[in-house]
Amino acid sequence: MRPFECDGLSVYRALPLMVALPTNTGQVREILKTCYRLGVPVVTRGAGTGLSGGALPLEQGLLLVLTKLNRILAIDPLNRTARLEPGVRNQAISESAARYGLYYAPDPSSQVACSIGGNVAENSGGVHCLKYGLTVHNVLEVTVLTIEGDELVLGSEALDAPGFDLLALINGSEGMLGVIIEVVVRLLPLPETAQVVLAGFASSEAAAATVSEIIGAGIVPAGLEMMDRLSVEAVEAFNSPGYPRDAEAVLLCELDGGEAEVAEQMTRVREILETQRASSVTVSHSESERLRLWQGRKNAFPAVGRIKPDYYCMDGTIPRRELPRVLADISAASSRYGLAVANVFHAGDGNLHPLILYDANQQDELEKAERLGAEILTMCIEAGGTVTGEHGVGMEKIDSMCEQFPAAELEQFHALKYAFDPPGLLNPGKAVPTLHRCAELGAMHVHGGKLPFPDLPRF
Amino acid sequence: MDLQQSIVQKVREAIEKRSPVAIIGGNTKAFYGYPSEAEELDISGHRGVLEYDPGELVISCRSGSLLSDISVILAEQGQYLPFEPPAFGEQATIGGTVACGFSGPRRPWSGSLRDYLLGVKLINGKGEVVSYGGQVMKNVAGYDISRLMAGSMGTLGVLLEVSFKVLPVPAHEMTLGFDCDQAEAIRKINSWSGLPLPLSGAFWNQGQLQVRLSGAGSELSRAAKRMRAEEINENCVAWSELREHRMDFFTNAARLWRLSLPAATGPIDLGGNCLVDWGGAQRWYDTQLPALGVRRLAAAAGGHATLFRGGSNEERFHPLTPAVKRMHLRVKQAFDPLALFNPGRMSRDW
Repeated sequence: MRPFECDGLSVYRALPLMVALPTNTGQVREILKTCYRLGVPVVTRGAGTGLSGGALPLEQGLLLVLTKLNRILAIDPLNRTARLEPGVRNQAISESAARYGLYYAPDPSSQVACSIGGNVAENSGGVHCLKYGLTVHNVLEVTVLTIEGDELVLGSEALDAPGFDLLALINGSEGMLGVIIEVVVRLLPLPETAQVVLAGFASSEAAAATVSEIIGAGIVPAGLEMMDRLSVEAVEAFNSPGYPRDAEAVLLCELDGGEAEVAEQMTRVREILETQRASSVTVSHSESERLRLWQGRKNAFPAVGRIKPDYYCMDGTIPRRELPRVLADISAASSRYGLAVANVFHAGDGNLHPLILYDANQQDELEKAERLGAEILTMCIEAGGTVTGEHGVGMEKIDSMCEQFPAAELEQFHALKYAFDPPGLLNPGKAVPTLHRCAELGAMHVHGGKLPFPDLPRF
Repeated sequence: MDLQQSIVQKVREAIEKRSPVAIIGGNTKAFYGYPSEAEELDISGHRGVLEYDPGELVISCRSGSLLSDISVILAEQGQYLPFEPPAFGEQATIGGTVACGFSGPRRPWSGSLRDYLLGVKLINGKGEVVSYGGQVMKNVAGYDISRLMAGSMGTLGVLLEVSFKVLPVPAHEMTLGFDCDQAEAIRKINSWSGLPLPLSGAFWNQGQLQVRLSGAGSELSRAAKRMRAEEINENCVAWSELREHRMDFFTNAARLWRLSLPAATGPIDLGGNCLVDWGGAQRWYDTQLPALGVRRLAAAAGGHATLFRGGSNEERFHPLTPAVKRMHLRVKQAFDPLALFNPGRMSRDW
């Protein structure tokens, strides 16, 4: 059972009472029925790549692992949909759809391993969600089993369904409301072309201001990512993707679509970069160049992990206009604590991933890192943002939820949870804190630069 | 004007007296669903934009704000609500727009109203003012209560404020026309939808398929060439006429049905006129066929049918499965335990 004691957030570990690996939905139904009858809590787990401890087992609970339900049930090229079991890997969807010139847009960094059921449960994002949306925007229908044994088909193969939008509610519900046994996703035509531009800037503030300029100019890039100097130094030392070492910050802006449109928008973006005094500009002119330019960004987490023994990854989102100020505040707090912070993030949608570097072997450093992390999340809330943009609350940010939501809001969440799961057996203790809990603090801890899934790109 | 205090006061009084309220904005969509027989709670005075930063692509406003005012404010900055919500009247409010959850012709390609809804502030059935979501695009803290409000017809709470993601208006638009029958129109548009073409609208009526393209100018002419079509300027129906149901097809319909179907579903004959929108995913029928028959055909195709306008004392919405219906009652109870908000508006049972 050891392999199941944690998900992608390995700092939290627990051995479950038992692990069930059903091979069909009939078995899932039976397992839930039994757990309901005996009052045994159930934690559902997909590939276990989540970064917030959402699939952390309970010592007194059953861990329901759905990875064996991994069949692609149907691909309908004309309606552009795919019907999937929950354990189907994210990337496998696009691979199967490719023969029809279609793909599944949401691309969380763990896409080679993570499964669609988990994607729905976490409402996963990815680099391209700026243009193509999150999981919730790309899912048409979800079938869930409630703890009481009801099968709910939410949404439909059409674009909507009668009644409340319970489909939207299931997305991002972190296994708290039901067990996902089937998912229908929408497929999109593969874009004709994609081109990326890498630009260096003399300051993080200038790079952040450029993000707003690009968006303000009416351009919706497929991806708009930012890295600060520390991260650039780290990736250059790691695999030399050719990022400007003299820059304080770099931006990666990807445009996709028809050839004429991409060319037109690229001209516009280059003009903006010039006006914003970018110190260097590199545009990809081939698919291999495009992939090379992305290499740095995609290896940023492991590269940063080599600077110090440990890092602590945050996931706050803020309005874009607050980027320069919050980045400056993070930098000030970083000096105050004497802990370096590398900033690697989805700038286009204001989703920050500050990596706080520390050494757990040094006295007080872990505790200091946690306090700095909490301060950063508070900055995000105060800037009008949220404590989690895409990693989920899980176990990790359960306490930050107390800071983001007043009591009435939390109680409303609990009322909704009760509607779906009256005995409170599904993933108890996660996602929404009880009112008297609101105490601890947590985040993604990485020891010795080792990610729980070292082979997965993390961005 | 900020009427939050007085609206909250009225809701608390209603709770005190156990006296239900019918929430009203511009009253432009009263035809939809069932009438709610309760004392009116007018929110239309609660208006005003609270925050709009074009660089942020987000607008926040009070629920009573006029949809038309919001559209003008956005248009001044070259932006718009990409789900193209129909107003069905000048007095339509943004709150009512969210409550009904309608999206216009662009919906299959741009996304729906709920896709753009980022945050809400509402009064729940306990008389508490609660806020969810906010002004950021990515937010997975807690359940997505904001999106649940879209299309809930005011039965879960009184909306006070809403925030939307907005987008820049496309640089260019072009309308193409094709003469073809319904089956061919559905085939054509669905095969184009699988190709990287800048589609943003496609409807068919009376032997003509009309397709809209949006994006960079150079891209549109390339796409039109690929689709073997030329731009039409004459005899083309304005997209706003379709969106607002001002075309003859709609104004003449005595009993207007809306079928929501998988887009590539072949033509369904309901013995009346048909207008195909959303590239096949939304079809309008003017038919006298009994409701049961309409619903059976829609369900057999994997969709559902709504009696949108007209008709007599008939069921408006497609029946829910028993399990989903049970969950609706519980969700309703979670927000509005005393069943005070818009009783009977969405379902005759509650």
